[in-house]
Amino acid sequence: MRKYAKFGILIALIVGSITWVATASIQSSKTYYVTITELNQMGHQASSKRVRVGGDVQENSIVRTAGVVKFNLVQETKVLSVVYEGRDPLPDTFKDGAQALAGGRLDDSGVFHAQEVQAKCASKYAPKPGMAPDGLQKKITTEGQSSSYRSSL
Amino acid sequence: MENVGALALLLAFCISLYSIIASVVGRLKGKPFLTLSGERAVLAVWALVSTAAGILVYGLMTSDYRMAYVASHTNRDMPSFYKFAAWWGGQEGSLLFWSWLLSTYAAVAVLTSRKTHRNLLPWVVAILSTIQLFFLNFNAFIASPFQVLAVDKVVTSVADGMGLNPLLQYWAMVIHPPMLYLGYVGFAVPFAFAMASLIEKAPGESWIHTTRRWSIVTWLFQGMGIALGSAWAYHVLGWGGYWMWDPVENASLLPWLAATAFLHSVMMQEKKGMMKVWNMVLIASTFFLCIFGTFLTRSGIVSSVHAFAESPIGKYFVAFLALGIAATVWLILDRLNYLRSESDLESVVSRESSFLFNNLVLLASCFAVLWGTLFPVITEKLSNEKISLDAVWFNRLMVPIGLFLLFLTGVGPLFAWRRTSIDSLRKNFQWPGIGTLITAAALFAGGMRYPYSIISLSLCFFVTATIVLEFFRGANAISEKTQSGFIPAVIELTHRNTRRYGGYLVHMGMVLMFIGWSGHPFNETSVGEVAKGSTMKVGAYNLKVLDLTEGELSNYTWETAKLEVTKNGEFLEIVEPTRRFYKAAQQATAVVALRSRLNEDLYINYAARAGDKATLQAYVFPLVEWIWIGVVVLIGGTLVCLVPSKVARTYTRTEVVGVAKENAPVEV
Repeated sequence: MRKYAKFGILIALIVGSITWVATASIQSSKTYYVTITELNQMGHQASSKRVRVGGDVQENSIVRTAGVVKFNLVQETKVLSVVYEGRDPLPDTFKDGAQALAGGRLDDSGVFHAQEVQAKCASKYAPKPGMAPDGLQKKITTEGQSSSYRSSL
Repeated sequence: MENVGALALLLAFCISLYSIIASVVGRLKGKPFLTLSGERAVLAVWALVSTAAGILVYGLMTSDYRMAYVASHTNRDMPSFYKFAAWWGGQEGSLLFWSWLLSTYAAVAVLTSRKTHRNLLPWVVAILSTIQLFFLNFNAFIASPFQVLAVDKVVTSVADGMGLNPLLQYWAMVIHPPMLYLGYVGFAVPFAFAMASLIEKAPGESWIHTTRRWSIVTWLFQGMGIALGSAWAYHVLGWGGYWMWDPVENASLLPWLAATAFLHSVMMQEKKGMMKVWNMVLIASTFFLCIFGTFLTRSGIVSSVHAFAESPIGKYFVAFLALGIAATVWLILDRLNYLRSESDLESVVSRESSFLFNNLVLLASCFAVLWGTLFPVITEKLSNEKISLDAVWFNRLMVPIGLFLLFLTGVGPLFAWRRTSIDSLRKNFQWPGIGTLITAAALFAGGMRYPYSIISLSLCFFVTATIVLEFFRGANAISEKTQSGFIPAVIELTHRNTRRYGGYLVHMGMVLMFIGWSGHPFNETSVGEVAKGSTMKVGAYNLKVLDLTEGELSNYTWETAKLEVTKNGEFLEIVEPTRRFYKAAQQATAVVALRSRLNEDLYINYAARAGDKATLQAYVFPLVEWIWIGVVVLIGGTLVCLVPSKVARTYTRTEVVGVAKENAPVEV
């Protein structure tokens, strides 16, 4: 049985240390995903937590000045003004209408200071609904039903 | 045309259903004609799905813009290569691609094993057809690729399609998805054989032998898919990263880790008849992780930088996973008796135990990655707060795990089966061990202060030394016996046992990748706004801006910086990092200037332009090239494993369970 005790101890040691590292690092690297509404409700709590907020980049809201980039994120009807102060230039996918995730902290005046911005790497690009030139509809040939086309061409 | 395609898919759906029923009923009632018709049905499904796929591809190639799928994924200016690749560029097409690959795999499985596995085949067919049915359900009813555009129910076409994101118009990105799919889909076959042998309580390890090549080839495809994705990110995205623990990346890594564990632990079952339950669990986990990965990337349950069409197909996947896992667990529990181990672990210092720990660590890392990926979903369910874990968390956990695995890669193959004597330990590890310590000391004395890099590079030396010693000893013995030269002896040695020596080559590929990863802490970055005539420094490099130019072509405008690169005062070359802006797509892409050398890469990205100044990001990435070299070695080693061994060795061991057989021959 000593043999099994040895295996048992080794296995416990490995599993234990992995679990320990995993749980110990959660505190330092966790980031809260919030919506703009939730961010506003968090109040002063928001400034102490690392937060990631997502939304669409508002059309024509990107202003590039020396060192910082300002833009607005839109989520449904809520708008959040963001100041990007990170060191790396923004990714190529960051542009008007793109889905973006900004990571950083909210200040007291309600401006979000982002240290990192990720923009979605779209596998295809499609105009937003409502911007389409004509209201094309798709017909499902197999069933013969018609339903409105998701992002009209 | 598109009606024919849709009809073909509908028929394929019905025939798959028939195939399941015919196989199961035929097997249970002992009606060979019925099971045979079930097998033929698999071939019919392949023909039908191929027809549908052919029609879709024809539509894509001929720019048939009446079809919604064609219009939203191609445009007229696209090269034919990319038009073809649009087949897997979107949700509907890629699901059809999945179906087609699965039907092809199933047809090949039927054709290759209908003589040898008469009793297993009906179940294999039934299981594969069930999976096929699940995907055909999407193709035929939920995400049909054959929808046409219509205004007021009159079919119309558009003048030009929307095209493909220019970021994705890169060769590696075109073959990256099919490679991953070949991996994702391929594990269905070993899974089906494993379950079939459980259902039939088939004696021996025939399912493992039959599916060994399937597993290796599939594992290779999966690995290549992951590597291509990372190579694309490095070369195209302009930030110089190759892995960021994004959920979609993790989704592809998970089954690969489980499959790696599986490939190792089946050796235990073949040679010692151990770990039978474990192998069943591993192959099932691998398969379900593949399905899970497909689900994760398509359902949008976790947010990712990768965009995928988010759609309501998620709930079907959840149902499929839940039913599949429940059925598998029940089956394994019900057949536990049949899976009894034939021998026992004897010593902590043995080959068996190194396999055990390798498996434990691989599976633990798999679980850790899964946990980290699903963390936002879990916390949202538990506390209504969506909390994500960033790359720092993954690295803190996965780097030590990776190093431990690297260590096992070195010691495992040199431990003897059952138990290892002190003498053999000394013989095998004395010199590599001393060399490793010397390497570590030399790195430290040379000024390296990153513990992980020192450990990693020393372990790389250790593993390399043990592998080289193995080749050297074996080849020496052969060359003495046959009086041949050393190189022919190495080839002869490898050919005699391709699996073992090919395996060493795969390990060597991993070592080279670890060398590449060890360079990461030494990365140097410099971001600067430069004007014509000014210079910027990164590492030992000096970049002088000779000129900033811009221009316009038919489909994009470009801005470029002409830079003179000097290192320690010595002129190296002129590079031109460029930024393109594609007009139709309104999308900027980088054409990175990359100077790759074995010791380091100089990587310059033209990030933005403001007035007469350009923002340049310059990086020095030490040792990165070794990652890609490692991938190539890994592929080569895997191919060697697939070559049949010249000497078919048989191990004798007693079969404890199953049909009475004295000695089961085991092919090595």
